[in-house]
Amino acid sequence: MINIKSPTTKAQDSLISQKVATLPPSGIRKFFDLLSSMEDVISLSIGEPDFVTPWHVREAGIYSLEKGYTMYTSNSGMPELRHELALYLEFRYGVSYHPEHEILITTGSSEGLDLALRATINPHDEVIIPNPCYVAYPADIILAGGAPIPVPANEENNFVIRTDDIEARITKQTKAILIGYPANPTGAIMSKKEADAIATLAKKYDLLVISDELYARLVYGAEHICFPSLPEMKERTILISGLSKSHAMTGWRIGYVAAERRFIQALTKIHQYTMLSAPTMAQMAAIEALRNGEVEVERMVQEYNRRRRLMVKRLNEIGLSCFEPKGAFYAFPSIKATGMYSEEFAERLLVEEKVAVVPGTAFGPCGEGFVRCCYATSLPDIEEALRRMDRFIKRNGLNKA
Amino acid sequence: MREIFEILEQNARVTPEQICTMVDKPSEEVEKIIKQAEKNGTIIKYKAIINWLKLGQEDVWALIEVRVAPQRGVGFDAIAERIYQFPAVYSAYLVSGTYDLAVLVRGKNMQEISSFVAEKLAPLEQVQSTVTHFLLKRYKENGVTFHLPKETNKRLPITL
Repeated sequence: MINIKSPTTKAQDSLISQKVATLPPSGIRKFFDLLSSMEDVISLSIGEPDFVTPWHVREAGIYSLEKGYTMYTSNSGMPELRHELALYLEFRYGVSYHPEHEILITTGSSEGLDLALRATINPHDEVIIPNPCYVAYPADIILAGGAPIPVPANEENNFVIRTDDIEARITKQTKAILIGYPANPTGAIMSKKEADAIATLAKKYDLLVISDELYARLVYGAEHICFPSLPEMKERTILISGLSKSHAMTGWRIGYVAAERRFIQALTKIHQYTMLSAPTMAQMAAIEALRNGEVEVERMVQEYNRRRRLMVKRLNEIGLSCFEPKGAFYAFPSIKATGMYSEEFAERLLVEEKVAVVPGTAFGPCGEGFVRCCYATSLPDIEEALRRMDRFIKRNGLNKA
Repeated sequence: MREIFEILEQNARVTPEQICTMVDKPSEEVEKIIKQAEKNGTIIKYKAIINWLKLGQEDVWALIEVRVAPQRGVGFDAIAERIYQFPAVYSAYLVSGTYDLAVLVRGKNMQEISSFVAEKLAPLEQVQSTVTHFLLKRYKENGVTFHLPKETNKRLPITL
């Protein structure tokens, strides 16, 4: 976790690269240690599905081991998997990618993000990111030699970055816009109108768009806008996604990048020297997930939706006003009414009531005044966690904002 | 509407208030749908799935294949009705294949089941033959697994 506000460590050790040594450290290390030492904690601070990978997918993984699929695959990933993904993207979002040249299978979408940045960023290039945003965005940009330029994604604007705010930060050094909707940590989605506005801007300033759509399948009562499906956007967009969240496959480490050939070639250069290929067993399981996993995906989405409604309603009832998240599996309630800072709130809630939430500041300074609550956990646990939070708030009083 | 029943099928103890939040419908509407379903037999019954083995009191179960002669006008239904009304019969199905009725019978011991078969089931006029399979182990019932250790949460307490 990156805490931009926290002081950076000075490069004392000459054997550690300056870049890494000065990378801002985790802002919640202390919180993590505290959490790990406690028992009976209900954790709403997890960023992955609580579902185990559907059995038919696990079984396909087992079968691949039995059949001895233990070798490398081609650098770009198994042709069958790329083919399935091309069909999937075409069917879901109407955007066509050539399975041979325009899709790369990565070891989780995290690798895809790292590759996309390293393959495109020159020293001192600037990359626009929302704030708050997923913790890896600023870190990966810095590691790629670029500079993250945060643009506030405020609640007033449904946690989507405004084009005016982006435009105000565009300089000669601006290379790309990195967006991730549905968003971690806010659960925000991007409307067609907002996406179109960003697209127009990207064209106007000739910017690359890196679109992290890992949560694309987890949307509720809304349609996901696949950024490269917008007119003229495929040619300047690197689409990053994976099966971790949609198919409950976080531990398998299967992600993919879809983009025009020139991008995929560039990314593959790095991938072939650093990763070679994504795990073979996991690729086999991913093929099964794409071919036969739709029923399970829909079942999980429906279940998340029930939990989402329950959590958002209860948060509002206990006095933590909560924006309606239409994507991912996070609620991002405001805790301003308690008069506490996010970190203080999270720490005290953990110590006093044994409920873990993530302070919004973990995702950037604009997350101050919010906490991230994940609803990818069982209904009884959500209910109990909210009972405890209710108690916590009643005891500590509201209104001191 | 279907969603309400799916939720109840998973957990019959969910309250109408919880359901109305989950499906985003007003509580009066949800309560009305449930009441109606209880009345018209869409919801037949609410019950618990008990693992009696844990109490050391597991009953003996048998799956009985029954071949019967269908009757004019009523087909298999009349004889099925004769059979399934016995309290020992836990479930009864008409099936395709080499036999006609699959009957799941529950008894306190083997003796009880064999006397049910010998004295009640087999002597029925339309029953041509029976094959009794005693259940040795229950792996999964009503979508619930019995012997698998519950899939515990293996997630790290915090991930971003």
